[in-house]
Amino acid sequence: MSSNTNFYSKKLDEIRDQTPRTNSEYDSWRKRTLQEWNQKTGYRDREYINSSGIELKEVYTPEDIPQDTESRLLGMPGEYPFTRGVYPNMYRGKLWTMRMFSGFGTPEDTNRRLKYLIQHGESGLSIAFDMPTLYGFDCDNPRSDGEIGKCGVNVTSLKDMEVIFRGIDLSKVSTSMTINAPAAILTAMYIAVGKKKKIPISDLAGTVQADILKEYIAQKEWIYPPEAHLRLIRDMMTYCTENMPKWNYISISGYHIREAGSSAVQELAFTLADGFYYVDMGIKAGLDVDEFAPRLSFFFNSSINFFEEIAKMRAARRIWATVLKEKFGAKKPRTLLLRFHTQTSGYTLTWQQPLNNIIRTTIEAMAAVLGGTQSLHTNSYDEAWALPSEEAVKIALRTQQIIAEETGVPDVIDPLGGSYYVEWLTNRMEEEAYRYFDEIERMGGILDAVKAGYIQKEIAATSYRRQIRLEEGKEIMVGVNKYTEKEDQPINILKISKAAQKQQLERIRNVKKTRDQLKVDRALQELEDAMRKDDVNTMPFILKAVEAYATIEEISNVGRKVFGTWKEPVIV
Amino acid sequence: MSEERSSEHGKNQLSFKDRPIKILLAKPGIDGHDRGILVLAKAFRDAGMEVIYAGLLPTPEQVVETAINEDVDVVALSLLNGAHMTVFKKVADLMKERGVNDIAIVGGGTIPDADKPKLEKLGISGNYGPGTPISVIIDHVTKRAMEARKLKESGQ
Repeated sequence: MSSNTNFYSKKLDEIRDQTPRTNSEYDSWRKRTLQEWNQKTGYRDREYINSSGIELKEVYTPEDIPQDTESRLLGMPGEYPFTRGVYPNMYRGKLWTMRMFSGFGTPEDTNRRLKYLIQHGESGLSIAFDMPTLYGFDCDNPRSDGEIGKCGVNVTSLKDMEVIFRGIDLSKVSTSMTINAPAAILTAMYIAVGKKKKIPISDLAGTVQADILKEYIAQKEWIYPPEAHLRLIRDMMTYCTENMPKWNYISISGYHIREAGSSAVQELAFTLADGFYYVDMGIKAGLDVDEFAPRLSFFFNSSINFFEEIAKMRAARRIWATVLKEKFGAKKPRTLLLRFHTQTSGYTLTWQQPLNNIIRTTIEAMAAVLGGTQSLHTNSYDEAWALPSEEAVKIALRTQQIIAEETGVPDVIDPLGGSYYVEWLTNRMEEEAYRYFDEIERMGGILDAVKAGYIQKEIAATSYRRQIRLEEGKEIMVGVNKYTEKEDQPINILKISKAAQKQQLERIRNVKKTRDQLKVDRALQELEDAMRKDDVNTMPFILKAVEAYATIEEISNVGRKVFGTWKEPVIV
Repeated sequence: MSEERSSEHGKNQLSFKDRPIKILLAKPGIDGHDRGILVLAKAFRDAGMEVIYAGLLPTPEQVVETAINEDVDVVALSLLNGAHMTVFKKVADLMKERGVNDIAIVGGGTIPDADKPKLEKLGISGNYGPGTPISVIIDHVTKRAMEARKLKESGQ
């Protein structure tokens, strides 16, 4: 086997071969006009680079992009390679889904918030879980003390999920659950709630995040070693492919990679590399790529460098279509579509002068729409402080509605297509992403690169560099290192009371008192047996345990016993 | 440097006062938000401190155990999940229980202003949020470390 070339290195060579080398128009303009002007009038002498470290010229011209850009690199909307958008009519067909991530306190609190959002015109539910739930701990574990309901809603048993969706018609909404390590358990709970509401499993629509690779890379919420989680995801993929046509079982997420400190191009590259891994895994599990890959969706960050974000999203679509077609042999056009959810960047929100965050979120939301997102969450201005208040959430939702209804931005598809700058930047982002794919491939693939800590170190290095640039004033955050004011905390923030913890503890005591313990024990034993055999699908056993009201920790403990736990490699 | 060390045995070690500040960085709750703490780990190291990072998900007990075993000057706690009032307090309480008063505790993360005086009362100072310049944090840690050193010296 030749280790010097691989699919990605060949693509990289291809891109480089097609990149124009010279730009005589620009060079002569510099000499003819710009230099003299600069000397006469002065100029802002600073580095012009974006978050990805790509250096920017003053202006871009037709000579910066390949001559066959239109026919080869763009295509028309809804056509290969989908750079301009995944659907032929984009927002004229349907506006993006305004999906506001919510969830806090008790299941009752979250149920109220979801109903509030539905009432205000939200078209898809999105649920955040608290830390104990995300790590597979029950609310009555001493480690959960003080954490209940703090970063999302607490779910310890099926009972909690029943309350969250009380009075909500699951056949009419789609639900996105931001859950990773215990994704199979929460999916099983959702199925169980649907069953109780007499909704056929095939009608349940939604998404679980379940992207465990990015947990090891960025968000760091895992229970078992990577291989164990990947096996459980494989089981869930197989089960849902067979039973749940409207269930998107992996949302491959760049969001957290970016929030952990990566650049835009690192977000692009590491996220797609994760995606390629899942595609490969599905194929190895015997699934047909055209059957399961259309269910994979993506989740990107939209940060503050406007054009860089748009270029990133356009490049992502083209890369995914190209690799799925050329490397994985996908045949159906639908398989080639990179559909994605976007969230504006939490990191760019400042603790200082929080109302400025409304503006930042607006700009980031605009980039997401220009980038062709399928759904969008806009952050609330108070989120650098705490979970958002109702008022702040409403402003964030209204921001999307204003973009959608007032600005005319969604009226024309990919309005920045053909901009010399945006096309050039899209190509550059693509090239840099392939450079990473090639490097990762040489390390033995993304799983090995993650286990070695390589990806995490790359991100930590970028994050540190950015912090130093901020400290040196080379990058600006208004209100933080420029235009600062002395001020007190000026806004009202949402407080999660300890009552949530008390209520959850009481509920789980009741559940444990009233459930059939024998049934629980039997279900957990059967799950253990299933987990020990690699060729058995664990999903039906998890569902059985959930329906017996086994708790999230009891179910996770079976896995902890079978697979063990995980300590991450040294990053710093 | 190695020559210097070997030339005068016994004097090669830096005196207690000149030894680099030793700091333990920890996220003692169920919280994976490690961007800030990783940046600080590098920054403290670049500032010449000896840095120990406890990794993710240590219990308050493990944090205190490590702090004592490693004889650090400062324990720096970070949480961005809203559990600081419970979990930071546990660390401070355990320190007190173990009779440790010469290790300073500093905090950081998403800590509302209203909680800061309560944490200060527990002996947890700093409590810086996102956007705080690194230099401010380093100055504070250095100040607290020197205070801890003084207590260590007087205790010897």
